[in-house]
Amino acid sequence: MIASEPKPLDEILRQLENDQQVFVVACDGCSAGCKVSDPEHTEQMVKELREAGKTIAGLARVEMVCNAGLTALMLMQHLAAVNQADGILVVSCGVGIQTVAAAVEKPVHPATNSTYLGGFAGLWRSDPRCAECGDCMLDFTGGICPYTACSKGLLYGSCGGPNKGKCEVDPAVPCGWVRIYERLASLGKADRLKAIPPLRNHRHMLPAGARRQTSLWALELFEPEASEGESKAT
Amino acid sequence: MSFKEALATQDFVITCEVAPPKGVDMKHVLEEAELLRGKVAGINVTDLQAAAMRVSSVATCSLLKQMGLEPILQMVCRDRNRLALQSDLLSAYVLGIRNVLCLTGDHTTLGDHPDAKPVFDLDSVSLLRAGQGLIKGKDLAGNDLDSVPTDLFLGAIVTPCADPLEPQIYKLHNKIEAGARFIQTQAVYDTGAFEKFMQRIPEVKTPILAGIVLLKSAGMARYMNANVAGVFVPDPLIKEMAEAGKKDKDAKERGEKASHVVRTSINIAARLIRDLKPLCHGVHLMPLGWGHHVPAVLEAAEL
Repeated sequence: MIASEPKPLDEILRQLENDQQVFVVACDGCSAGCKVSDPEHTEQMVKELREAGKTIAGLARVEMVCNAGLTALMLMQHLAAVNQADGILVVSCGVGIQTVAAAVEKPVHPATNSTYLGGFAGLWRSDPRCAECGDCMLDFTGGICPYTACSKGLLYGSCGGPNKGKCEVDPAVPCGWVRIYERLASLGKADRLKAIPPLRNHRHMLPAGARRQTSLWALELFEPEASEGESKAT
Repeated sequence: MSFKEALATQDFVITCEVAPPKGVDMKHVLEEAELLRGKVAGINVTDLQAAAMRVSSVATCSLLKQMGLEPILQMVCRDRNRLALQSDLLSAYVLGIRNVLCLTGDHTTLGDHPDAKPVFDLDSVSLLRAGQGLIKGKDLAGNDLDSVPTDLFLGAIVTPCADPLEPQIYKLHNKIEAGARFIQTQAVYDTGAFEKFMQRIPEVKTPILAGIVLLKSAGMARYMNANVAGVFVPDPLIKEMAEAGKKDKDAKERGEKASHVVRTSINIAARLIRDLKPLCHGVHLMPLGWGHHVPAVLEAAEL
C-alpha cells in the first residue's frame, strides 16, 4: 500500500486558483486507510472547499483509483459533471492521481502527498509510478510525475538528452518531460513551465526511525499534525 | 582578457573545449590547451564527459589558470549532491576559476560505470540558482557565506535543433532566469534550423555561442543523426565526408598521404563558422580528440 497525508488546504486552493468548478475523486483504498480519503475526511475537505467559495461539480468514490479500468468506469458514470468541471481534485496516492490524469483531458490536482510504501504482500504498484516523495507536484506537471517519468528525476524540465522525444537512457521510453510538455500543451497550460518550483525536500523521503520499523504506522500511528516536528527530528 | 570581458567587448567570440585524461598524464590536454592560447576567449573543460570516470574539470581548469589561460569549468549534476556542487563552486573560485557552465549531465547508464548511482539532486536550472545565490552571499539553504564569490560567471547550454524544440525553449528561459549569463549550444550543422531557433527567441539578449563539432567521417555523421539528441547533419555534408573518405582510401592504396578527410572536416567547420557568424554571438568548438586541428579551422574560417 502507499501511505499518504493530506496537503494543507491553502496549497490545494492555490492549485485550484483557476478552477471554480471542481470534481472530486476519492479513493477507498490505501489513502482511505490512512484516513485521508475516507468518507469522513473527504466530506470535511469538500466542506472546506465550499467554504472557500469553490463549487463541487461532483464527487466519485472509487474502490482503488489506481485501477485504471475501475476509475474510467466511475468517471463515465459522472460524465456530465466531469465535463462541467474546470479541474479534478484527486484524493488518493500519486499512482491514483496519475491514473486519473491519464484517463481525462482535464487539469488534475493532488489533494495529498504520498509519503511511504507500505508492504502489503503480493500487491505490485501499478504503472504510472509514485515515488512517495511526500511533496506531490503532479499539479504543476499536468498529472505526470517527473520523479518517476524522468530517468533523472528532474524537477525543472527536459535535459538535453531526449532524442526525438525518447529518453537518452532507453530509446524505447518516451521522455517524461516531453510527455509533461505535451500534456500541458494539450490543456493549454504549457506556459506553466515558465515557473521554477522550489527544490525537492528530501527530508520528506526519510521517515523517522519509528515509522520505518512498521508499515502500519500510517494506519495506526500517523498524526498529520506531528509530521513537521517528526521530520525535523530526523 | 577574461571570457566575460570578451563577451562584452567582442562582436564574435570563440571558445573551445578540451577533455581531461583517464589517467594522470596531463601532457596531452595541456598541450591542446596551449595550442589555443591567443586564439579563443575561453577554454571549456568537460566534467566526466559521457559519464566516464577521469580527472576532474576543477583540477584541469586550475592547471590552465596557472598557465595563464582562461578556463570555463563545466559542472554536471550527475555525480554530486547540492552540498558537493556548491562546495566545488567555491573551491573552483578560490583556485581562480570564474566561468562555470552548468549542465544536468548524461545519465550514468550511458557511461563507463553504468552501475553507479545517478545523483541529480540538482539539475542545470537549480545549479545555476545555487551559483547565483552564492554570488549574492547565500547558499541554497539560505545560510550566509562569510565571504562571497562575487565574480562567478555562470552559463548554460541549449539544444537548438531539438525535436520537439518547445521544452528546450522553456528550459532555456528558466536557465536565463536562474542566472545564466552566456549560452553554449549543442552541435549545429544545419544553419537554417539554427536561424529558425534564433528567430524563436528574439527576446533573449544573453550571448549565444553555437556549437561546432568536427566531423571525423561520414559514419560519425550518420551515427550522430541516429543516436545523438538534437544533432542533425544534412545529407550534403555526409556526402562530402564520404567522398573525402573514398579519396583517402584510394590514396592509401597508392601508398600516398591521405589527408582529404581532415581537410574536408576543417573546411566544413570553417564554412559553418562563417555561416553562423551573422546569426549569433560566437561559436563553441568541440573537437572530440581533434584539438590539434582547431588552429587550422580558425585559420580557414578567416575570422
